Amino acid sequence: MEEKIQLAHGGGGKLSARLIKDEILSRFGNGPLHSLPDAAELPLDAKKIIYSTDSFVVSPYFFPGGNIGELSVYGTVNDVCVAGGRPQWLSLALIIEEGFPLDDLRRILDSTADAAKRCGVTVVTGDTKVVQKGNCDGIYMNTSGIGVKVAGLELGRQRIRPGDAVIVSGTIGEHGFAVLAARNGIRTGEGLVSDCGPLNGLLEQAAPFGDKVKFMRDPTRGGVAAVLNEIVENMEFGIELKQNAVPVSEEVRSVSEMLGIDPLNVACEGRMILICDPSAADGILSGFRSLPEGKDACVIGTVGGIAGTVTMKTITGVSRLIDLPSGELLPRIC
Amino acid sequence: MKYVDEFRNSDVAAAMLCEIAKLAAALDKPVNIMEVCGSHTMAIARHGIREALPANINLISGPGCPVCVTEAGYIDAAVELGKQGVVPATFGDMLNVPGSKSSLAKFRAEGGRVEICYSPDSAVELAEKAPNTQIVFLAVGFETTVGPAVSVIDSSINKNLGNLSILTAFKQIMPALEALSSDPEIRIDSFLCPAHVSAIIGADAYKPFAEKYRIPCVIAGFEPLDILYGIIGILKQIQAGTATVENQYSRVVKAEGNVRARSFINTYLETADAWWRGIGIIPQSGLSLRQEFENYDAAVRFDVKIQRGDQDKRCQCGNVLKGKIRPDQCGMFANVCTPENPVGPCMVSSEGTCAAYFKYGRVIG
Repeated sequence: MEEKIQLAHGGGGKLSARLIKDEILSRFGNGPLHSLPDAAELPLDAKKIIYSTDSFVVSPYFFPGGNIGELSVYGTVNDVCVAGGRPQWLSLALIIEEGFPLDDLRRILDSTADAAKRCGVTVVTGDTKVVQKGNCDGIYMNTSGIGVKVAGLELGRQRIRPGDAVIVSGTIGEHGFAVLAARNGIRTGEGLVSDCGPLNGLLEQAAPFGDKVKFMRDPTRGGVAAVLNEIVENMEFGIELKQNAVPVSEEVRSVSEMLGIDPLNVACEGRMILICDPSAADGILSGFRSLPEGKDACVIGTVGGIAGTVTMKTITGVSRLIDLPSGELLPRIC
Repeated sequence: MKYVDEFRNSDVAAAMLCEIAKLAAALDKPVNIMEVCGSHTMAIARHGIREALPANINLISGPGCPVCVTEAGYIDAAVELGKQGVVPATFGDMLNVPGSKSSLAKFRAEGGRVEICYSPDSAVELAEKAPNTQIVFLAVGFETTVGPAVSVIDSSINKNLGNLSILTAFKQIMPALEALSSDPEIRIDSFLCPAHVSAIIGADAYKPFAEKYRIPCVIAGFEPLDILYGIIGILKQIQAGTATVENQYSRVVKAEGNVRARSFINTYLETADAWWRGIGIIPQSGLSLRQEFENYDAAVRFDVKIQRGDQDKRCQCGNVLKGKIRPDQCGMFANVCTPENPVGPCMVSSEGTCAAYFKYGRVIG
């Protein structure tokens, strides 16, 4: 019979202890988590740390190209990276619905552990709760991450100047469309998978360019359009995108044309928007392109144009506004 | 991407715009071209076509978005069904359309159940999975979506599903074109005819209309070059003084249309009068279930009435849909009425004229 999570798995008794020992410590028990302290003691030489937290409620929790486990690692690791932090430690909290298949939990924790290893982060503290059936949709996860500030990087949109280059590290929209398609049974063929993945490799490529790097952000909910609009809001500058410059995979184009959803509005979970001095653009691009996750990196536009707006030249030569998406485009994608 | 990239070439676009400029200069008078398809409206806005045209060529967005012309009473009826415990299943565009008191989105936020479908098949699956729940598919649309929506009834009958019905607000395009062309307050020189609707009704369906009203009709695809080429075709006809039907979208549209789809539709539906939001009743412009299938009509099955009449008196959507004003000439545009807080239906649907203006058209020279 299929093993399922019971309320007692979260009750603090024998079943809890076994779940923690068999499923958590077996995967994450090599570091400070080994002795199961209530809080982790961490050694630190750095003067500045970067600290971030994120919760994950994606539905379905298995989606093409990933699952909620690895997403919960990459999501937080990436938030630390784009704030200029080299991620080191992670907390991991699980909220599991009574009746959740244990095998699903194992698959999720396996990929959580793999993702942490890939990013070079250690899970140092955690928590597991089980809630009654109907009180959560399968499994929710929360992670917090601590990273050490990379020396020489000074990030902030106030440092952006007209003429700066706007770079995207790869094709956009795969995560949001893959989840949407999986959730709604839209047949898209084999090719459409989430881009969920880590950004710390890209961070290391950008780091040597120091203060020439002005701004980094991962375009998750709201997509590239939301990030760019946040950057220009109340600023003296705008951003002009080049026509057809934003890289989009064939699979995403097909789905976006079919559904009438602009890929610029759709979430990525393994991409970075980076704004830098134009003199550093070629160097950063070739660094990005040396990594598999950055092979499609390119300059998509320039800082300039009408203050506070994001615009794109259309094929008729007219500039159009790239606005924030409105309403409920895709709920629960991360 | 095949059949997309070929129709988005900026060099070809520049050449076509050049030809349009020459034709427009030679005509030396204002030309009003109405498109009656939401996808055309969106493509025109998205690619900046309106702004790229000479000053005397006016593109007017007609009542081409089915969500926009759906009356408030229909939304009220869908919400009423939801309150009775019936589950409305709908395309997402309908969610935020304001009824007279509420919307499906508000109903859902208050704890009501509304299912979003990306295909009518999803409604059938829902009904199969939950045999004790009554599912109502909100069957809204022009000829293009009528077939798939009616397939819900076909499946319901063939699979013997006692829990699946539809609430209809179907519209037909030809009676609308006639109504617009007979309105003395509106001057339309030509119609840019819809792509996918024409695939069902056929290019020949426009012939009697073009002859009767002496209005050139050009059927064009949805890509920017399709639309520019369509405008060239229209201007050439106006220059030559002809009024014929030109099918430029022959890669999809046949002269006779999709005979099988129409026959399928005719099995279940018959022509009826329809209420268009902002316009009023257009005779014989709707489609309703034939009497023998009336048990699949949710309005009959659950005894719900669709009240006629438009609700918010400030709303100018009617004049927008008739092409009498542009969205930005409405006092509420972009301040009171936005996609987040729509007053009128043209702001709700992603293919609505006001939404297209709001999303793409608010800047730029």
